[in-house]
Amino acid sequence: MTEFLNFIGENITFIYLMVLMIFVGIELISHVPAVLHTPLMSGANAIHGVVLIGAIIVLGNAHDDDYASLALGTLGVLVGTLNVIGGFVVTDRMLEMFKKKPGKGGAK
Amino acid sequence: MNHLREIAYLIGSISFVLGLKMMGRPDSARKGNAVAAFGMTVAVVGTLFLGPEGFRVIPHLEWILSAILAGTVVGFIMAKRVQMTAMPEMVSLFNGMGGLCAALISVIEWREIITRGEAATITTLHYLPVIAGLIIGTVSFVGSMVAWGKLNGRLGDFHFKGQQFLNLLFVGAILAASTLNLLDGGASGISPWFYGVIGLSVAYGLLFVFPIGGADMPVVISLLNSFTGVAAACGGFLYHNNVMLMGGVLVGSAGTILTVVMCQAMNRSLVNVLIGMVGQGASGASSSSKGGSVREVQVTDVAIMMKYASKVVIVPGYGLAVAQAQHICHELESVLESEGVSVKYAIHPVAGRMPGHMNVLLAESNVSYDKLVEMEHINPEFSTTDTVLVVGANDVVNPAAKTDPASPIFGMPILDVDQSKQIVVLKRSMKAGYAGIDNELFFNPKCGMLFGDAKDSLQKLVNEIKAL
Repeated sequence: MTEFLNFIGENITFIYLMVLMIFVGIELISHVPAVLHTPLMSGANAIHGVVLIGAIIVLGNAHDDDYASLALGTLGVLVGTLNVIGGFVVTDRMLEMFKKKPGKGGAK
Repeated sequence: MNHLREIAYLIGSISFVLGLKMMGRPDSARKGNAVAAFGMTVAVVGTLFLGPEGFRVIPHLEWILSAILAGTVVGFIMAKRVQMTAMPEMVSLFNGMGGLCAALISVIEWREIITRGEAATITTLHYLPVIAGLIIGTVSFVGSMVAWGKLNGRLGDFHFKGQQFLNLLFVGAILAASTLNLLDGGASGISPWFYGVIGLSVAYGLLFVFPIGGADMPVVISLLNSFTGVAAACGGFLYHNNVMLMGGVLVGSAGTILTVVMCQAMNRSLVNVLIGMVGQGASGASSSSKGGSVREVQVTDVAIMMKYASKVVIVPGYGLAVAQAQHICHELESVLESEGVSVKYAIHPVAGRMPGHMNVLLAESNVSYDKLVEMEHINPEFSTTDTVLVVGANDVVNPAAKTDPASPIFGMPILDVDQSKQIVVLKRSMKAGYAGIDNELFFNPKCGMLFGDAKDSLQKLVNEIKAL
């Protein structure tokens, strides 16, 4: 129990942050038209690529002679970057199409 | 200069929220994506060059930069080259990469903890983000790879009796192995239990996604998307890194809500999607057994039907995407409109392989927004519609969803195309839809079938209408 309370105490800002973010996430998505669900999913997909930062941190912390960690970390940064770059570029391509709509009326 | 990095992370976090918010509106969506990408860049650069005490270069910069460079080039090329139709599987693939990244972080972190000899003294609550990141990241990675394989047709559905029970068993086993790994204390290096957790998570990822098929794939991708968000948030907890925590939790919660909204669009609960096993073989009775015969129609007939109609509704489905027929579909619409026919598109929320898939596709071919009508608004209009043209859609117009309680898609709202005067279905063959079930609609006397590739058929149709 003490351990649990200490943990809460130590991480209270993070817990506040987490709870608030959960509500922000819910609020942001709840009123979005179905048209945008796919790009939104793709955009969210790119944002969780922020996990890349974790990979950069572990790779930075790895010992110089710990080749296993260096290799795994490099792989982590590589796939994390794939997530970020691929995610944002794919989303942009989807949204590019929405921009082109020629006012109202359809036919060119 | 002490807190410069925190400021970089703050900018990153704010731009994620702002970006996601802007992505929720059609006119600002593209800018929103750019804003989020900008925030990501600031956060990454901050991690590379800013320490707790201001400017510093992160150790192993050469490793990091070469990996980032390689990832950027490969990711950029893949994302640029992919066909619009293959977008859903691409999203799934990138999502899997994020999951793998989270899992790798946990593996390295655990090795470090063992090396430092802290494994015996680590508190449960500090252990939690490490192991949760590993489990969720691995499940998300493996699950996304399966979803990717299924969407591009390399993998089929696979399920067996008692699988749901087995899945629960796996969850229990993963938790048990995680606990045993903690208790092991790591005195003699990495415990076999650690590998056990990885192995079990891989198996669970496979079992979790393999049986889910049919129209439910988008829901699974969305769910795995939020899993990866949670895995990223675990990393944020681990390193007390605000931007990871915020970004991860944001996607975790937004993704979960998006998943629920998608389920609601199909009038089903999430649990039902996950254990409902749409597309189960049992209902796959052979097409002839339903009796009745299908009526095949010719292009000329359809052309006449459409040209002299006053109102036509087009129902696009995955077949349209596969055949790349969106442009010719738009041309058909223009030709009909110039003949004074009113044309609308009926968009089922889960038509295609992702929600909004059809909107994206048709937007690509310049179909204007106001012609894309969502299900609840178009359904009352079918009774006044002369001709419905179903282009490569199947499950979303299957009346079994209303009439047959034994059907795996029972309860899913469908487009009421049978209310219209005539129905024409463009289809390659009598093959069942993605859910693997028969469609009674095809045996409806009002329904005519025009067999062939959707793009081909539409092209012929356009030529025919112009020639009339």
